Amino acid sequence: MLKFLRRRLLQLAPVLLGVSILVFFGMHLIPGDVAQLLLGDKGTDADLQRIRHQLGLDRPVYIQYVRFLGGILHGDFGVSIRTRQPVIWEIGQALPVTVQLSLAALVFAVVFGLLIGVLAARYPRSALDTGSMVGVLVGVSMPVFWTGILLLLVFGGILGWLPLGGIIDGNLGYRRMTGAPLLDGLISGSWAVVGSSLRHIVLPAVALGSTAMAAVARMARSTMLDVLGLDFIRTARAKGLAERRVVSRHALRNALLPVVTLVGLQLGLLLSGAVLTETIFALPGLGRLAITSVLARDYPLVQGVVLIAAAVFVVANLLVDVLYVYLDPRIRYE
Amino acid sequence: MATAGTVALRTSRRLAALSWRRLFAHSSFVAGAIIVTGVVAAAAFAPALAPFDPIEQAFTSQLLAPSRAHPFGTDEFGRDIFSRVIYGARIALVVGVVADGIAALLGVVLGVVSGYFGRRVDAFLMRTVDVLLAFPYLLLAMIVVAILGPSLINAMIAIGIVYTPQFARVVRGAVLQVKEEDFVEAARAVGAGSLRLLARHVLPNILSPIIVMATLTVGFMIVETAGLSFLGLGASPPTPEWGSMLATGRSFMLTAPWIATFPGLAILITVVGFNLIGDGLRDLLDPRLRGSR
Amino acid sequence: MKRVSHWLVLVTVAAGLLALGYGGPAGAQPQKTLVIAIGADQTGLDPQTVQNNESGFVMSTIFDSVVNYKPGSSEVGPGLAESWTVSPDGKVFTFKLRRGVKFHDGTPMNARTVADDLDRAINPNNPCYVLARKGVDTYDDFTFGSVTDNTVAKMDVVDEYTLRFTLPDPSAPFLSSLAMTWQGIMSPAATKQYNCDASQHPVGTGPFKFVEAVRNDHITLDANPDYWGGRPKVDRIIFKIVPESATRMLMLERNEVQILADVPPSDYARAQNNKALQLYRQPGLTILGVAMSNDLGPFKDRRVRQAMNYAVDKDAINQGLYAGATTASQGMPPVLWGYNKGVSPYAYDVAKAKALLAEAGFPNGFSTEMMVYANPRGYNPIGGAKLGEAVQSYLTKVGINVKITQYEWGAYLDRFRHQPWEGFAITGWSGDNGDPDNFLGDLFEWDIAKGRARTNNTSRHHNPAYDRLLRDARRTTDQTKREQLYEQANKLLHDDAPWIFMNHTNQVRAARVNVKGFLLNPLQMFFHMELVSLE
Repeated sequence: MLKFLRRRLLQLAPVLLGVSILVFFGMHLIPGDVAQLLLGDKGTDADLQRIRHQLGLDRPVYIQYVRFLGGILHGDFGVSIRTRQPVIWEIGQALPVTVQLSLAALVFAVVFGLLIGVLAARYPRSALDTGSMVGVLVGVSMPVFWTGILLLLVFGGILGWLPLGGIIDGNLGYRRMTGAPLLDGLISGSWAVVGSSLRHIVLPAVALGSTAMAAVARMARSTMLDVLGLDFIRTARAKGLAERRVVSRHALRNALLPVVTLVGLQLGLLLSGAVLTETIFALPGLGRLAITSVLARDYPLVQGVVLIAAAVFVVANLLVDVLYVYLDPRIRYE
Repeated sequence: MATAGTVALRTSRRLAALSWRRLFAHSSFVAGAIIVTGVVAAAAFAPALAPFDPIEQAFTSQLLAPSRAHPFGTDEFGRDIFSRVIYGARIALVVGVVADGIAALLGVVLGVVSGYFGRRVDAFLMRTVDVLLAFPYLLLAMIVVAILGPSLINAMIAIGIVYTPQFARVVRGAVLQVKEEDFVEAARAVGAGSLRLLARHVLPNILSPIIVMATLTVGFMIVETAGLSFLGLGASPPTPEWGSMLATGRSFMLTAPWIATFPGLAILITVVGFNLIGDGLRDLLDPRLRGSR
Repeated sequence: MKRVSHWLVLVTVAAGLLALGYGGPAGAQPQKTLVIAIGADQTGLDPQTVQNNESGFVMSTIFDSVVNYKPGSSEVGPGLAESWTVSPDGKVFTFKLRRGVKFHDGTPMNARTVADDLDRAINPNNPCYVLARKGVDTYDDFTFGSVTDNTVAKMDVVDEYTLRFTLPDPSAPFLSSLAMTWQGIMSPAATKQYNCDASQHPVGTGPFKFVEAVRNDHITLDANPDYWGGRPKVDRIIFKIVPESATRMLMLERNEVQILADVPPSDYARAQNNKALQLYRQPGLTILGVAMSNDLGPFKDRRVRQAMNYAVDKDAINQGLYAGATTASQGMPPVLWGYNKGVSPYAYDVAKAKALLAEAGFPNGFSTEMMVYANPRGYNPIGGAKLGEAVQSYLTKVGINVKITQYEWGAYLDRFRHQPWEGFAITGWSGDNGDPDNFLGDLFEWDIAKGRARTNNTSRHHNPAYDRLLRDARRTTDQTKREQLYEQANKLLHDDAPWIFMNHTNQVRAARVNVKGFLLNPLQMFFHMELVSLE
């Protein structure tokens, strides 16, 4: 197991190197550089030359890359060009918000996905089954931003049940500690903060999690159907166990494995989904930071965000592999 | 030659699983086929179905609510949304098919090369695939489109690249499996060359996962293209592309919700259709892929 | 049974989450907080080092300049200086500063401290010299001139409350430029404390003090009770960042915010039909148009350019896409002095357009390209693509086939400003300092010394008679005389038709009706927020 972990962690390095090359050269290939975007439709040629020179953009790209890589190896991610704040600081502000959102979306996806999937599998071909599967199919087929806009409009606008975006009510005098208001509220024991951040997170979590929820529900349903037909379940039933107990104790556990795989895969998709969700719901997270910095060609910031996101993805998948071992005793990593 | 016979036999058996009777007994496939046929029909007969020119502007009749003359209402340019949605079907289909084709082609090349040659080549290609997977896909698509310049064809290329790793992985897995089978070993033993072996023996046997994967992803590609349009990186105006109609219509959500609603529904229905077909094919052809995106 | 209860718990939690929503926003607050929704975040709050609107919005509440714009106007009035004199040759500006004013950090404001701050704009040996800092976007050379060109202003501290600037050449626009929010005066102590970069810890003398900024979420400012212009009538201003316009509108309707910094035309009617809301409009100091390549293709011929102007129905587009919130353009914003009242916009006249095209040798029209971008700009709230679509549709009717290509904004700037493009391109401009030279000169003048178009003359307009008028106007101190020169230039510009002159977008904001004393300013900033109250 330790050997396996070490090997996988060693693989992290080439993947991140590849990601850094891709993002660096990709960003520099986009026409219109950061100097041009800083000046917008104003400024003179002299300004442009000055800024390019100050930022070293007039040097060959590979030299810029080597310098950037050198910085990273020393733990220096550089300074955002647009805001002149350290990249690490900018990411530190945004990351907790996105982590909180992603986890909430994941919880929503897994809980409701399993619930729907298991119920549908228990009563296959019933109206419940068909209905929920159609609903789930709709969920997986909606563009995330469209789901978001509709949720916001209906629950925030027309019904007025939930807030219209943001992470927390501005009047609560919330002071950030970890940056994730939900956690901060729990730490400081402020129920007002906890309540407010819960209310703020419901809609974005549903919007962001709906695709994953649909995938989990479909997966759970089909594996449950498979598992329910297997010998040991029949044995359990033959022993006279209540159906409910058969489902929850024996079948569900076995159905969890593919769901865990799926969750690992979906984690990588969440940040991309967060780009759109955070824009719709005005959340100050990593997704929005990513898109604004790509559009502004804030090279150091884009590089930092993408590297962090890639590292999170790789590590999350590693965790999933580790989790396998506990869920399925048959799996061993040498 | 005996080996070739076996291959033919096996392949035809696999494809026999695709008999029309079995397909049409599968309810979700049928539902999906009906929807997609409808979309294809709308695309094919757009000039006959659409009451108006999809790009003809008339500031005298702008922002009209749905009525008999304009069943889906009009947009801020006074264009008939029903006509635009109908013509939009052409674009959605092209987007889905071309982006899918790009992803499948690149994925098959990567996957087959990786799986067939193994070792260093495999290690290198799979690390590349890992890199692409680890890269947040929407940002990857954004960067690709930004480099190439926003246009529909470039959006398709970007989405195609984004989905390539998934195809590559599935194909590689299938190739690895096929490679171990007796008939391939046998063909190699009688001295068949790599290319011949790939073309005659390996490719036909990995077709079904590719077909299943491709139908399952068409819908998502249409959705992702809409996402790029949301970010202003989609089709050039005045193309009646559903994603950009939805994206630009969202500022009218409070005052003229029909502008965004109907293209949104069109995307939803089309994607549901493709996903239903995909589900059906998967059940019949390759149950192993169940639940994957 | 035990297992069932798990599901029950889940369902209960889910229901509970929804139920929390009924609680509504938490209780009453003791102080008066004004929330202003803006579409994007600021990128820093050190006036001399940023140029984007959102930073400007926030900075205009924190800082004073040596002179300020008068409330609701682009005319210059007293700021940190109570009064000033200009020498007859137009080169020497002397300012008498206010007594007893302190920066928010307690540093006294006087000629020495103001000079300390402005020194970093003009003195290359200042350790915090702005132009030497990495990737800084500044108006300093625009206002004070450039050290490299030897056009930089000289600054002297005459006595504790007198500051004098001497310019190498007379420059009438200097005073207007000095009033810009980009020339707000930062406490030199703050600049020193934060190692030349107080952009995250701004300290000014203005009506509001900086409290905190959370990236992409909000900026909080508290009233400065000692403000020299009177104590602000609200206790706190929060700028809240909300990217989606529909969300902003809903927030205003729900009283979660009280002012919207930008309202897209699609929401005007909704704001007007709501009795709790008020829509504010003011002719903007902006221009919007479709640039033509004056030196390439059919557009070399002035008649073709005029034909394009006749071919497009500006009023219909104004009504249709901008909800009537723009004024058709003849080349210069009507709110700007020097505007020639005798010149009116090109009328919509298809026959005339066709005749001019035939005269120029294009009886059957021609095919060309148009570059557009998707995002909205200050001078174009609906974005370039929609305007392009509308114009394309009109041009088809006179036989011009236009192929539209959409570029992402950065790529657009790169192509539009640095490559010899041919055809049409959506363009526009927001005024910087409220001087006519900032429109007629920046956008349409030829740089005689360098033998090419000035940087922002992207349509490559070139007319020596026009250039002479502009040069003379810059060297004239007599306001009436300047005005006449600009009026003549305006006429020439209209006839040359370097762009399809589209319109001047109104500045449109919305607020709750209980917001009183709120005035728009042509420069689009939130000046004089100390006058705003919440009833």
